Amino acid sequence: MNRDKPAVYPYIPNSVPSIKEEMLEQVRAASVDEFYADIPEELRLWAKLDLPPPMLSEYALKRHVEGLLAKNTTAGEALSFLGAGCYQHHVPAVCDEVNQRGEFLTAYAGEPYDDHGRFQALFEYCSMMGELVNMDVVNVPTYDGFQAAATSLRMASRITGRRQALICGTIGPRKLSKIRDYVKPVMDIELVGYHRQTGQLDLDTLQSAISSETAAVYFENPSYLGFVETEGDRIAQMAHDHGALCVVAVDPISLGILAPPPDYGADIVCGDVQSLGIHMQYGGGHGGFIATRDEERFVMEYPSRLFGIAPTSVPGEYGFGDVAYERTSFAVREEGKEWVGTAAALWGITAGVYLALLGPQGMVELGEGIMARTRYAMAQLDRIKGVAAPAFHTPHFREFVVRFDGTGRTVAEINAALLERGIFGGKNLSAEFPELGQSALYCVTEVHTQADIDRLAAALREVVQR
Amino acid sequence: MSDDISRNRFTDGKLNLRRFHQARWDEPILFELSQPGQRGILVPEVEAGVREVAGEQEQAQPWSILPDKMRRPEPPALPELAQPQVLRHYVRLSQENLGADLNVDVGQGTCTMKYSPKVNEQLARSPKMADLHPLQDEATVQGILEVMFRFEQVLKEISGLDRFSLQPGAGSAAIYTNAAVIRSYHESRGEAAQRDEIITTIFSHPSNAACARTAGFKVITLYPDEDGYPDLEALKAAVSKRTAGLMITNPEDTGIYNPRIAEFVQVVHEAGGLCAYDQANANGILGITRAREAGFDLCHFNLHKTFSTPHGCGGPGAGVVGATADLARFLPVPLVGYDGERYTLDWERPESIGKIGPFYGNAAVVLRAYAWVMSLGADGLREVAEIAVLNNNYLLHRMRQIPGVSAPYAKGKRRIEQVRYSWQGLAEETGVHSEEIGLRAADFGVHYWTSHHPFVVPEPCTLEPTESYSKQELDEYAGIMAHVAQEARSDPETVKGAPHNSTIHTIDHAPLDDPARWAVTWRAYLRKVRDA
Amino acid sequence: MTQPRMGLIINPVAGIGGRVGLKGSDGAEIQKKALALGAVPQAQSRAIEALERLKAVDGLTILTCPGEMGEDAARTCSFEPEIVGSIRPGQTTAQDTQDAASEMQRRGVDLLLFAGGDGTARDIYTAVGTGLPVLGIPAGVKIHSAAYATHPRSAGQLAALYLQGQVSGLREVEVMDIDEEAFRQNVLSVRLYGYLKIPFRSNLVQSQKMPSSGEASALAAIAEDIVTKMEDGTLYIIGPGTTTRAITDELGLDKTLLGVDVVLNGELIARDASESQLLALLDWHGADKARIVVTPIGGQGYLFGRGNQQISPRVIERVGRDRIVPVSTPDKLYALGSQPLLVDTGSRAVDEMLSGYLTVVTGYNERAVRKVVC
Repeated sequence: MNRDKPAVYPYIPNSVPSIKEEMLEQVRAASVDEFYADIPEELRLWAKLDLPPPMLSEYALKRHVEGLLAKNTTAGEALSFLGAGCYQHHVPAVCDEVNQRGEFLTAYAGEPYDDHGRFQALFEYCSMMGELVNMDVVNVPTYDGFQAAATSLRMASRITGRRQALICGTIGPRKLSKIRDYVKPVMDIELVGYHRQTGQLDLDTLQSAISSETAAVYFENPSYLGFVETEGDRIAQMAHDHGALCVVAVDPISLGILAPPPDYGADIVCGDVQSLGIHMQYGGGHGGFIATRDEERFVMEYPSRLFGIAPTSVPGEYGFGDVAYERTSFAVREEGKEWVGTAAALWGITAGVYLALLGPQGMVELGEGIMARTRYAMAQLDRIKGVAAPAFHTPHFREFVVRFDGTGRTVAEINAALLERGIFGGKNLSAEFPELGQSALYCVTEVHTQADIDRLAAALREVVQR
Repeated sequence: MSDDISRNRFTDGKLNLRRFHQARWDEPILFELSQPGQRGILVPEVEAGVREVAGEQEQAQPWSILPDKMRRPEPPALPELAQPQVLRHYVRLSQENLGADLNVDVGQGTCTMKYSPKVNEQLARSPKMADLHPLQDEATVQGILEVMFRFEQVLKEISGLDRFSLQPGAGSAAIYTNAAVIRSYHESRGEAAQRDEIITTIFSHPSNAACARTAGFKVITLYPDEDGYPDLEALKAAVSKRTAGLMITNPEDTGIYNPRIAEFVQVVHEAGGLCAYDQANANGILGITRAREAGFDLCHFNLHKTFSTPHGCGGPGAGVVGATADLARFLPVPLVGYDGERYTLDWERPESIGKIGPFYGNAAVVLRAYAWVMSLGADGLREVAEIAVLNNNYLLHRMRQIPGVSAPYAKGKRRIEQVRYSWQGLAEETGVHSEEIGLRAADFGVHYWTSHHPFVVPEPCTLEPTESYSKQELDEYAGIMAHVAQEARSDPETVKGAPHNSTIHTIDHAPLDDPARWAVTWRAYLRKVRDA
Repeated sequence: MTQPRMGLIINPVAGIGGRVGLKGSDGAEIQKKALALGAVPQAQSRAIEALERLKAVDGLTILTCPGEMGEDAARTCSFEPEIVGSIRPGQTTAQDTQDAASEMQRRGVDLLLFAGGDGTARDIYTAVGTGLPVLGIPAGVKIHSAAYATHPRSAGQLAALYLQGQVSGLREVEVMDIDEEAFRQNVLSVRLYGYLKIPFRSNLVQSQKMPSSGEASALAAIAEDIVTKMEDGTLYIIGPGTTTRAITDELGLDKTLLGVDVVLNGELIARDASESQLLALLDWHGADKARIVVTPIGGQGYLFGRGNQQISPRVIERVGRDRIVPVSTPDKLYALGSQPLLVDTGSRAVDEMLSGYLTVVTGYNERAVRKVVC
C-alpha cells in the first residue's frame, strides 16, 4: 500500500481525490474540515483513532475473519442436545435463499407502494401464524420471545388496569430477569409454585394468589423445562373468573401437534419464531410474536405495527397499510404504548417461508416425530443406572429434564466428559433449579437420528459408570 | 435515432430520468395459491426402532400421553404448496421491494442506508457462525467470543467509553437499556423516587422519549431555539432535583450539530443527572468527535445504521450500549471478558439490570459490523465520516437550487450527515405536499422520507446520503427532486395521483382505521370482508 | 357516505384587497376601493381549483347559493347543484353567508366547504358553530384562521377524502376575531371568537415508521394528568380553549366555550368570570392556593392576551409565575415550530415577569419546555 497516495475505498465511491475536489469546489468549501466548524475544538479528536490496521483487500479481510471463526466448533460438527430457548432444527434451503435476496435483506422502511413485497410477505407471515396459534391478530415481529412475553404482560396490565402478574414457577431465570426489569414501573410479579412430580403449575397456590388485582396469569406450553401444562384450561378459567387475562408463551413449531392456547382459554399468545427456519447464530436469530383476538381493546394496546390488507383505487387490486395508525385508546394510567423500532422483520418473513414449505401435514409430522424422538431419548437415558428421565411425569415436547443425582457426579463433570467425546450435553439446570438437584435440560429435535440418540446414551452410560 | 447508445441514456454527462417501473406481479396471497396435497418440504422420517420404543413408552407410562384437550384437533390451516411455487412466490415479492442494493437510497433519512458489503454477508452465513448454539461450552466458541471482544474494543475507542454491551436487539432497545441503567443508578443511591424525570429534545429520535417513558420516567421535551439548535436556557429551566438524566441525539435529525453539547452535559451533571448519547447519527462524526470528551456517561450505536449491517426490512439489527467504568456494573449481563488466555462470558455482575434479550445479542450482526470496521481501519472510518458529510452538503447544494424547497434553521451553517428540508414554499404555491412528492419519487425508483410524525418542520423531507453513493447517484436523486418539483408546477395532477409506476395504486386507508373492517391476517379478512 | 352532500359558500369579495395592497376586505367601502383599483376577485378561481378535486366523489350532491356565491363555480365544474336562498348579485353581505350556512345545516350536509378569509370563517361560526364539519378554501389575504387548508387544491383534496369516508378525524380549531381597521393601521388586535370543526388527517398518505396517538387521546392524557394532580382547596382558574375544556370534561363539568371558568374541589364555582370576580375569589380563598391553567390561543401561540384577557396582569401577579400551568397538545406545539410562546397581558412588567421558559403539560407525565417572550 503506497502510503503517500491517499487510499481509495471500494465502499466509498467519492473517496477518489479528483471527485472529492470537484465536489468541494461546487459547494465552495476549501476542505471537508469546514463542515465540522460547529464542533468546538476541545471536542475534536486530533489524533487518529487507535484501531487495528485495516485489511484493505477483500481477501485479507476474509482470511482474517475466517481465521477467527475457525476457532469455533459448531453444533453441526459436534452432536448437540442443547435447547433452553435456542433450537437446532433443520433450516430449509429456500428459507436462506429468500432472506439473502438483496431486495429483502437491504430494504427498510419504504412505503406500502415501493416496498409492497415486504408488506405482503409480513402480512402472510402474520396470517400463517394466525392459523397456527388460532388468533386473528398477530404483530409484526418484536425482538425476541422474551420481549414478546414482557410486552404481553404490560398489555394485559393496560387492558385490565391492574398491576399483578402471576407467573409460572418453572419459567427460565433469563426470561424472568428480562420480565422483571421490563414490567418494573407498572407491575408486580409473583411466582406460582409447581408440583414436584409433574412440573405442573400448582392450581391451589394459584387460587390463593389470584385476586381482583391480577392482570395476567402467565405460563408456558411447553414449559421452559420441556413438559406440557396439561391443565391449561383450568388455569385460564381461574384467570377469567377473577377478571384477569391468560397469557401463554409457546414455541410455534409445536403447534402442529399441541393445541393452540386459545382452544383452552388463552387471551394473549406469545413466543419466539427462531425454530421456524432460522439458524441459531449463537443466540442471534430470534424474533418475538404476540397474538390476540381481533377486539379493539386488544388491538389498541399493541406497541408494534400491525399490517392490514386494504383495497386500492383499482378494483380487485389490494395493498397493505398500518392498522389503527392512531392508537387512540387511553388506559387509566397512561404510561404509553412502549415503543416500536427496528426489530426482526427478516425473521418474520423467513418464518413465513418455513410455514409455507411445511404446510399442515409437515407441521403435524414434524411435531409427532419430535414427540416420538423425545420419548425414545427419555426411555434410553432412563435406562442408565443413576439417571432419571424425565424428571417430571407429564407429556413432553422436544425437551426434558434429566436428573443425575443417582450417579454421584455433577452435571458439570458429565458435560465436560461428553464434550471430550464430541457431544454437547443438555443445559446444566443445577444452579437455576437447585430443587431438582444435579439436573440438565436435554433437547431432541428432528435433526437427531436414532443413532445420534443411541450414541448419547452410550456416552452417558460410559461417563457415569466410570 | 443515434447509434451511440450512451447518447440516449445521458444528456450532458448526466443520466436521464429512468423510465422505471416496479415489478407488478399481481401476486395472490399465499393462501390463494394453496393446492391441497402439495408439500413444500418433507420432514425426516422417524425410524422404526424409535417408533417401537415410543409406542412401548406410551403403554408403560400413561402419564406421558398427551391428553386430547392438549392435542390439536385438526392440522393447522396453512397453505399447501410445492417447493418451486413457494420459492417463485417469494422471489416475485422480493422483486416488488426496493432494497438499498437496488436504489439510490438517500431518501430514507436518519436510517443511514449505506452499502452492506456482501463479503460480510458471506462470512456471517458461514456455518462457523450460523450453527453455534449460545449455550455451548465457552471452549467451543472462542472464535465468536473473540470477535465480540475485539468489537467491544473498537467501540470503546470510537466512543471513548469504558465498557460495552452488545445485547440490545436494535436502537430503541439500546435506548431503553440506557434508561434502565439510569434508573438502576439512582436506585443504588436511594434517589429513584426523587429522580423521576428524563429530559430530551424534540429533534432527538422519538424513542428517547418513548423508551424513557416505558422505563417509568416522566419525560420533559425541550424545544429548539429559533435557529434550530437545542436551547441551553430551556435545559436550565428544566433541570431540578427531580432530574434523572438527559437522553439526546447529536447531531439531531435535522443534521445540525449542537455546539454546546458539553455545556448541556455539565448542566445535567450539576443537577445530579446522567447523560446518555443517542448516537444513531454517528455516521458523520466517526473519528471526529466522541461521547467521552463531551462528558457523556452512556451512549449507544445502531450497527444496522453506522456500521453497515443490512436493515432486513426492519431487523434484525443491533443496538450496542456503552458506559463509563462507574456505570458498567449496571450493564445487561453477561459481558465478554478476556483473561489473557481465553475469552469468557462474565455472568458475575450482581448490579446488572439483568437481561435485555435471551442471550448475548445478535452475534452475526456484530460479526458483520466487526468485519466492516476491520476493512476500513481508522483512516477508513475517518473517510466514511468525511465523505458522508461531503455527500450531504453536496446534495444540500443541489437541493437548494430547486425553487420551493428550503433547509430551515442554522442559517449559513453547514450540516453534518443529513438535512431536514421543507417543501412549504412549493406547497403554498401549488398545493402539492411533501408526502405526494415522496410517492412520485417512487415512480423513478427511489425512496423518500418526510420525518417522524407529527411534523415540526412543515412539509418535511429528510435526506441522508451516507458515504456509499457516487456523485452521479447524488446528481440522479437531486435531478428526480427537481423534476418532481417542476411537475408540481406544470402538471400537479401527475404528482398528486402518484405513484403511477409502482406495484400497486393508491391504497384506500379507510378500512384500516375501522374496527369492523380492518384485517391483520388473511383469516380475519375472509371472516370480516370477503365472506361477510 | 354513499350519497354524500356538501354545502358550498363562496364569499365573492374575499381577498379582493390583497392584490392591490389593501389589507382585509370587510366593508362595502373597502370593496369599492379595491374594485376601483382594478382588483380582480380571486375567490371564484380558487373555489374552482378546489371543486375540480371533488369531481372524483361518487354520488356527490352540492348545495350552494345562487350566482357568484357558489352556483357559478359549481356549474363551471359540471356539477348540478341544489340552490339555497337568494342573493343580490354584486352586493353580497356577511348575512348572506350566515343565512346560507344555517339553511345548509338545516337541510343536512356532511361537510360545508367555504371560500373566503378570516371574516368568512367568523360568519360560518356564527351560523353553525361546531355543529357541522366545515373546511375553508383560502381566498383571502394572509389568513389567520386554522380552518383553512394550505392551498385550494389541498382543500378540495381533503374535502373529497372526507366525503369518501377516508378521513375519520375531526378536530376543533380556533376562529379568531381580528379588528380589521386596526389591522390596516398595522396593529394586530385579535381575540378568540369561537371554534370550528374541520376534518383532520395528520398525513395525506402513510409515510411513517411508527403508530402515533391522535388528538383525542392527547387531550385525554393532558386532562388525566391535570385532574389526577388536582389538590383539594386549590382554586383552578381555567382559560378558554379545547385543551382546557378537555380538563373540565374529564371532571364532568360544563365549561363555557370562550370564557374563563373557575374550579374548586371538582366543582365549577364560577363561569365566564370577569377580572373583578377572579380577584374577589383570590381574595377569599387565598392566592397562594390558586393555579392558572391556560393554553396557547391563535396560530401564533399567545399564552395570555388573545382571548383570556380576564386573566389580567393583577390576577397573574396575585397567583404568581410558579403557579401558572400551561397545557397544550403536542400537535399544537409542533405547529408552532421553534417559535416561542407569546404573552401580551397589557402590562409590560407582567409580560416581562412571564418571559423566560415555562414548562407546558403535553400529556400524562409529559412536559415540554418552551420559551416565552413578549
